[in-house]
Amino acid sequence: MKHTLRQVFESGKFVSGFAIFVAILLVVTIYPLLVPEPPLRIIGQGTFFEPGIYVNVYDSISAPHFTLNLDEAAERRIAGRLADRDRGAILTWLVGVGIPESEIDIANTEQLLDQWFSNFDPTVRIPGMTNADRNYYIRLNSSIQGLLSTEDVIIAHANEETASLEAAGTIRPSAYVNVGQIPNVRILPLGTDNFGRDVLTELVKATAVSLKIGFVAGIIATTIGLILGLVSGYVGGFVDDVLMFITNMFIVIPSFVLLILISFSISQEQRGAVTIAVVIGFTSWVWTARAVRSQVISLRNRDHVNLSKLSGHSIAHIIFRDILPYIASYVVMALILQISSAILAEAGLSILGLGPKTTEVPTLGLMMNWAMIYQAHILGKWWAYLPVIIVIALIAFSMNLMNTGLDQVFNPALRE
Amino acid sequence: MLDERKPCLRGRGLTKVFGLGRSKTVAVDHVDFDFKEGEVISIVGESGSGKTTLAKMLLGLINPTEGEIYFQGKRRDISSNRKRKAYWKQIQAIFQDPFASYNIFNKIDSVLLDCINMIGGKRLPHEKKVEMMAEACGFVNLKYEELTNKYPFELSGGQQQRLMLARVFILKPKILVADEPTSMIDACSRATILDMLMQLRSEGGMTPIFITHDIGLAYYVSDTVYIMEKGRFVESGSADDVILKPQEPYTKRLISDVPKIYEEWDLSTV
Ligand SMILES: Nc1ncnc2c1ncn2[C@@H]1O[C@H](COP(=O)(O)OP(=O)(O)OP(=O)(O)O)[C@@H](O)[C@H]1O
Ligand SMILES: [Mg+2]
Repeated sequence: MKHTLRQVFESGKFVSGFAIFVAILLVVTIYPLLVPEPPLRIIGQGTFFEPGIYVNVYDSISAPHFTLNLDEAAERRIAGRLADRDRGAILTWLVGVGIPESEIDIANTEQLLDQWFSNFDPTVRIPGMTNADRNYYIRLNSSIQGLLSTEDVIIAHANEETASLEAAGTIRPSAYVNVGQIPNVRILPLGTDNFGRDVLTELVKATAVSLKIGFVAGIIATTIGLILGLVSGYVGGFVDDVLMFITNMFIVIPSFVLLILISFSISQEQRGAVTIAVVIGFTSWVWTARAVRSQVISLRNRDHVNLSKLSGHSIAHIIFRDILPYIASYVVMALILQISSAILAEAGLSILGLGPKTTEVPTLGLMMNWAMIYQAHILGKWWAYLPVIIVIALIAFSMNLMNTGLDQVFNPALRE
Repeated sequence: MLDERKPCLRGRGLTKVFGLGRSKTVAVDHVDFDFKEGEVISIVGESGSGKTTLAKMLLGLINPTEGEIYFQGKRRDISSNRKRKAYWKQIQAIFQDPFASYNIFNKIDSVLLDCINMIGGKRLPHEKKVEMMAEACGFVNLKYEELTNKYPFELSGGQQQRLMLARVFILKPKILVADEPTSMIDACSRATILDMLMQLRSEGGMTPIFITHDIGLAYYVSDTVYIMEKGRFVESGSADDVILKPQEPYTKRLISDVPKIYEEWDLSTV
């Protein structure tokens, strides 16, 4: 046993796969200790905040200000504020008021602003422009004005009695704060999702839940499939006929349809993640059973099995010692496929609204589903779905690496 | 004189058909035989004639499609696990392909320990077991110290075949079905192996059943020879009768296929 374990850990492939998998498990266990926040808490008002560091503005005002005289500050401010989208909007406006498109160069900030200031008039209505668009242009104009001004901004607060504004301080364009001195800074490494929830926190929890679903479903399916396959393949005869009849019945009814029917008959309230995992497990063993059976049939007449019989071993001994080890790596492979297909089956169910209830925990499937429903892929909000895909791929990849490594150990003849 | 010996294995109309319908193969086709205790029997036939299939039926590893096997005068009954185990204490085998005969996950020790357990030595102290294994290995010219903690596939084909013989040495069965026991062994060691088998026969009262495609070998070792062609016994009788005065063209062909030089060596050693 110890010897086998040592050999397992000498296999490079297994170790790489194992390292990735353990890393995922570690993140999944340690992260919630560091960020003890409910994974489904809505923190952002609005959808799909970009990944980044969010600094509290209110705190920034009252924090100590430092003056840094940096030449490129003003330039950067305008270039940075004028996003591609704003430049495009300016172009639309200028074309709308009759400037030939050939004269406009949106990459040339200086010229563009000149044209803007000489042509913008908030009272002009361009055909096809909605009210929202008009408000947007007005906002854009004032923010550009604000950016260009070298005047200080006055901070005021309303006097409670007179309701008049009283200046409380000024902020110069050259004022800086030290982020370290601001009490409220929130890092959102993966931004927020369509509901304004922290994607990273959600993703970590979803990974944990999906792994659990995968393992529970995979182990149930593999255990059922393995036992039925072993018995049916080794014992043969009448037992085989009965078991194969049952298996074929499950094949005729596609397991996904069965899965949908069972999920549907369990009310949404009762559909916890574990329930879904059990349902997936009980509907997906068919493939494993058939694969194991055919492996066992090809093994049961081998001479090493015959020799074991001649050595007086019981059926159980032969199944566990002479057949199971030969198919062990195959079974692990099947388990890995079952785990990843269970994770995908959960995703499929979630898309149909038959997945685990959405109010308690996220799953990788639910996250993909939300990202899809809210069109993250069309809107280019990559942080809502790409990390989920990467996590699914990493899980499958690490398990496959481990399987390949195990194969070399389980099968001593493959050893170098 | 042969008829005074006790019956050992008898077969009547023994048949094995593999597959169904058009893909069906009649591997063994209504064969009758009478093996007597203590005689050396050879079953000779070319490749695919059904020798291994017959051997597996004798061993009770596959069920005959038709026909009966009688063991020590009575109808063989191996319907329960206990009866099978009792039967296998009396009949053992050396399989044709030594590379496929061992469980690659078990060490050599476990192969021999299984045999010691089989003969009721489970409770013996460890030193005694080691002593028995060393003795068995020594009998077949293997060194136990070099084999212990090795896997069977780490041995050469010939060593594996001799290990198989070491099993037989421990088990001391009444009948040994040896399917091409010398297929992996060079001509020199071949004689040694055969000598070992003959020694087991004379000391342990074992009845060896040789299965071979080599009629020269059959003539060299056996009292009774059965010639097998396409699942049937076409000729049988004492080795001298069958090989020196063959009746069937098939037997004549088998004899003429034996390389001359070997034949001479063969005849001179008799
Ligand atoms: N399990 C099986 N299923 C189907 N056909 C089989 C099976 N085992 C053997 N056969 C067929 O039965 C026939 C006899 O095979 P068998 O192995 O008994 O021959 P053999 O005399 O031992 O040959 P060889 O000298 O090559 O070992 C062959 O035609 C073979 O194809
Ligand atoms: Mg054969």
